[in-house]
Amino acid sequence: MDLHYLTAHELGDLLQRREVSAVEVTEAIIERIKAVDGRVQAYLTRTAEEALEQAKAVDAARARGEEPGPLAGVPMALKDNLCTGGVRTTCASQMLAGWVPPYDATVVRRLKEAGAVILGKLNMDEFAMGSSTENSSFFPTRNPWDLERVPGGSSGGSVAAVAAGEACYALGSDTGGSIRQPASFCGVVGMKPTYGRVSRYGLVAFASSLDQIGPITRDVTDCALVLGVIAGHDPSDSTSADLPVPDYRAALQPEIKGLKIGVPREYFGAGIEPEVETVVRRAIAKLEEMGAICEETSLPHTEYALPAYYLVAPAEASSNLARYDGVSYGLRVPGKDIIEMYMNTRSQGFGPEVKRRIMLGTYALSSGYYDAYYLKALKVRTLIRRDFEAAFSKYDLLATPTSPTVAFRLGEKAGDPLAMYMSDLCTIPVNMAGLPALSIPCGFSQGLPVGLQLIGKAFDEATLLRAAYAFEQATEYHRRRPELGVA
Amino acid sequence: MEYEAVIGLEVHVELKTNAKAFCGCTTAFGGEPNTHVCPVCLGLPGVLPVINRQVVEFGLKTALALNCQVAPFCKFDRKNYYYPDLPKNYQISQYDLPLARGGHLKITVDGEERVIGITRVHMEEDAGKLIHVDGPDGGYSLVDYNRTGVPLLEIVSEPDLRSPAEARAYMEKLRTILQYLDVSDCKMEEGSLRCDANVSVRPRGSQSFGTKTEVKNLNSFRSLQRALEYEIERQVAILESGGRVEQATMAWDENRGVTYVMRTKEEAQDYRYFPDPDLVPLEIDAAWIERVRRELPELPDARCRRLIDDYGLPAYDAGVITSSRDLADYFDRVVALYPDAKTVSNWIMGDFLRLLNAGNLEPGQSPVPPEEMASLLQLQKEGTISGKIAKQVLEEMFATGKGARQIVEEKGLVQISDAAALTQIVEEVLAANPGVVEDYRNGKDKALGFLVGQVMKATRGKANPGLVNRLLKERL
Repeated sequence: MDLHYLTAHELGDLLQRREVSAVEVTEAIIERIKAVDGRVQAYLTRTAEEALEQAKAVDAARARGEEPGPLAGVPMALKDNLCTGGVRTTCASQMLAGWVPPYDATVVRRLKEAGAVILGKLNMDEFAMGSSTENSSFFPTRNPWDLERVPGGSSGGSVAAVAAGEACYALGSDTGGSIRQPASFCGVVGMKPTYGRVSRYGLVAFASSLDQIGPITRDVTDCALVLGVIAGHDPSDSTSADLPVPDYRAALQPEIKGLKIGVPREYFGAGIEPEVETVVRRAIAKLEEMGAICEETSLPHTEYALPAYYLVAPAEASSNLARYDGVSYGLRVPGKDIIEMYMNTRSQGFGPEVKRRIMLGTYALSSGYYDAYYLKALKVRTLIRRDFEAAFSKYDLLATPTSPTVAFRLGEKAGDPLAMYMSDLCTIPVNMAGLPALSIPCGFSQGLPVGLQLIGKAFDEATLLRAAYAFEQATEYHRRRPELGVA
Repeated sequence: MEYEAVIGLEVHVELKTNAKAFCGCTTAFGGEPNTHVCPVCLGLPGVLPVINRQVVEFGLKTALALNCQVAPFCKFDRKNYYYPDLPKNYQISQYDLPLARGGHLKITVDGEERVIGITRVHMEEDAGKLIHVDGPDGGYSLVDYNRTGVPLLEIVSEPDLRSPAEARAYMEKLRTILQYLDVSDCKMEEGSLRCDANVSVRPRGSQSFGTKTEVKNLNSFRSLQRALEYEIERQVAILESGGRVEQATMAWDENRGVTYVMRTKEEAQDYRYFPDPDLVPLEIDAAWIERVRRELPELPDARCRRLIDDYGLPAYDAGVITSSRDLADYFDRVVALYPDAKTVSNWIMGDFLRLLNAGNLEPGQSPVPPEEMASLLQLQKEGTISGKIAKQVLEEMFATGKGARQIVEEKGLVQISDAAALTQIVEEVLAANPGVVEDYRNGKDKALGFLVGQVMKATRGKANPGLVNRLLKERL
């Protein structure tokens, strides 16, 4: 039995029945990491020792007859922008290459309380800015389905680790598609919950009004399990919603008869690869065949989402990243005075994409440009939100491709930021509206995974999970595993 | 040409809330550097601010006491600028939707009452403190983040003030109101009350404004007044010599007694304000506002009016006594036990305040409790001690903290009102000063005073002066 490719709920069952120990499972996955991470390069920091300690503690609890819960003893890993007390958190940036947080993010604390075994910290685009993980200042992560291709981004390390059996599940963050697009590229399940569903406390901010933490898993059941642990109000995050968290696992009924699904035509526009469109339309036909009522609809302001996003997100980022100044933590490159120290530190500490976005955002907020850019973008954001509101007055869910393309080759778009930005065309509007969405494997194109994006009503992750679960039960795509070679 | 000044003040008040504005750290002043800190106020990666409800409550109190309209909806914004005492390199503040607007307060200068408009009141967080250490290559700086994140209210006045004296009176009145509300320590020397002044001059009678400068670093009432006097003179001199005032941010140099340019208009910073996405807008419902309004204490103007109406105190006395809530409380407690309000007021405004100032004490720190003050006045009224002795006894009470009666008894200061006891001394004084007695009999009335003084001296001030007078006259 390959322990490293079992899902969390499968492992949880084995652990609860005492058929394996958490230490055995953890050791197996540590072995797997040793065997394949040289090729995949998902991990920035490995915490094998701490992981084994956590595993031992879970085994000890079970030996005492306690039952610490379904995720206890299941090994997982974290995107490296989630703060882990005592374990360095780099955001894949030279700026924080040696920074060790003194505190745990709320999601990390909740996972630890649930008995999670944390294997380490995963690669990403620097400060979560990018769609390929090539913007990591350490090294790029490879797509386990084709090592010459990108895993997507910015949570590329997280999805690659889950796809390659280097972690049973992972947490990522999604500001414009950073969980869903790589999940689509690597054939795993990735969810961006509703804005406010999961506490952002301890997530190193990129764009605060868009960022959301979410699960990356190998099936929908795991997604429901992990979401159930990390979701819920947090008094440390003013933007977290004080709403009850439903039992997501109980919502997993393979029954979608009568579910109304809108298919927005704007998401199948120019730039979509024909074969991706075919695969996604086939998946939608499958949903229909299963009893859902699917019909074409329109979200007329979709084309403005991307430009508006590239004002709102950089504007917030320019302010969020101002704190990296070399004064009290992180990289410091000395200078003859404080201004020169700021400039040297920020010139050397940030990579080109981060600098580009800081400049874009600074410009958008500048006196004389604010109304034309930032304020206008906020108005567009309202229009996009209203598009969705109108659609959700008719439909329970929306179905779209997650990304217009399958995984592209390393270097293919690295020199063309605009082409790279287009990769998030289908995911960005969801962040702008604060809605929940997930990507599930729905087929293959050129031997590479294709993702189906389902978008739900605010705080209705349960319906999303139910539809995704029904689709998964009716298909086999999520069972295929990459060969970790070159296509 | 005659010029008049146009002055508006931006006052920053540190609130003495139980915790900082957006985290749980203490707001206590002092403390070892960087001990009142946590990941949130240090602005570490990943942290988020959560507004302390008490900050809003204190802001509401202040806004209502200043007769402002509280906004039903306000929000927090980020003010972006780089400075090493600002860990996030932005300050959480309020920009276009402040907590409250449109208030006023009343000041009295040279007997003339004026109403000064308040433009707005908003909440923000304080920055840390830089300590510069000299050395080769310009030395270095250390940062203390204890103050970082301490809540501030910024209170902006309309440009309604017309003289440095009015500016000072406004600032003093504002401090009094804040002290009555008990929302701040209001210690300018510790920086819990700070002030920047916008000042311009124009020909008297003109309706338009001149070019203004902003003067910073005003750390006391005295420096506020001096800096404004200097800056007004400087601007008038420029205009009179045919020049133009340049818009600039100035700093006050207390030692040299001059203002100097910190930044010109061209160097003005673009703060790139935008709504802080980490904080949700604040909705303040009418019930909350009404509750805070109901719970407001009696404010200085109302209290002053009450002292005039209920006790018949002169307006001047009432103004002095109500300039501090603690002082007014003290007065009320003494008057409750010793109902001669004017006598109480004379003592409080005179020796009591003098002794407090000499000891560098606030009215709330008086070593003489109001009960003892009342019993001192009672001793004087009963004739047990003279007024002169009463002053000595009060000094002794300040110095030792002992009660009035105890001091009078211990030191044998009881007034001698026994004619038999005094007659002996009077006879001796008359016998010892035949020349003076002769002078008096020849019509020199002043000579009597000398003889009274001699008797007082001989009794170490304890003799009843009225009785001494009578006894002397009988014998002359």
